[in-house]
Amino acid sequence: MSHHHGSHSHDDISHELGHVVPYKVYATVFGSLVALTVITVAVSRVDFGVLNIVIAMLVASVKAMLVALFFMHLKYEKPITWMFAFFPIFLLGLLIGGVFLDNPFRSDPTVHVSAPAASSGAAAHH
Amino acid sequence: MSTYAQTADQEQGPPHVHHMDPVTAYHAAKFGMWLFLATEVLLFGGLFAAFAVYRWYYLSEFHHASHHLNWQLGAVNTLVLLFSSFTAALAVDAAQHGDNARVRKNLLFTICCGCIFLVIKYFEWSAKYHHGLFPGTAEFNGAEFNQAYKSFFGLYYCMTGLHAFHVIAGMGLLFWVFRKAQRNRFSADYYTPVEVGALYWHLVDLIWIYLFPLLYLVG
Repeated sequence: MSHHHGSHSHDDISHELGHVVPYKVYATVFGSLVALTVITVAVSRVDFGVLNIVIAMLVASVKAMLVALFFMHLKYEKPITWMFAFFPIFLLGLLIGGVFLDNPFRSDPTVHVSAPAASSGAAAHH
Repeated sequence: MSTYAQTADQEQGPPHVHHMDPVTAYHAAKFGMWLFLATEVLLFGGLFAAFAVYRWYYLSEFHHASHHLNWQLGAVNTLVLLFSSFTAALAVDAAQHGDNARVRKNLLFTICCGCIFLVIKYFEWSAKYHHGLFPGTAEFNGAEFNQAYKSFFGLYYCMTGLHAFHVIAGMGLLFWVFRKAQRNRFSADYYTPVEVGALYWHLVDLIWIYLFPLLYLVG
């Protein structure tokens, strides 16, 4: 079984099927995923304030990369597959990034929750 | 690649593809699944963005509401799904070695893990229902639950519900692959359905990797 090393630029279509990954790699990845799950639970028990969600999402992203690279064989895929794997994540970054650019400049909807009287104020505005 | 001589035999080797050679067909099928997974990321992405919006407004309420979720059950389900992804990857490895018996064994592990995940999810949801943490119940509509809590649990049910639907779809897909392995369809020269089915299953795992800390741990 010959091995790809990602150098497909000279040849768009591989002349063989997928990469065979050694069993040890799968076992190591699974062990790492379990360890990272334990870490993310342990860290969430401590209050780091705003950092809690940052750490949780970073650990989740490391786990996601491990699953994608090794379980899903992304490591051995062609650049076009990498592009289609990461483009939706880029779009998602734009969307969620946009949320954090937009939200601070909007009126706070929680005001309407705690103060129902706000509706009469709006009516008086007419 | 001599196995392709066997394509005339319906029970052995890849199905007959007239317009492309089997290696091209394999790569095209796999790339097609990656394309579909890209749209799946965007589908769930909308919900993640909605979660970001409401978490911004109701930070302390979301944090408090997430304490109503049982993180121990969520953690167990995370380990169950991680293990199911591991066995799905091993099923592909088995197929690459032409070992259909090992494909069946690993797919069975994966499908069973999917069942365990759904059973735990069922107990979680029904516990929430009995505690009145479900849209439509009297408690949920009562004064105790303001808009913030309704937003959190609305998103919780949408995100975990859509995810559970994907678990069910994935189990169906892998069962279809399992049936093919029962007919010893896979060899080192043809294992496209195992690889593509496993890719879909890994996405189900990927989504949960983000849902678990977001909903159960940090809220």
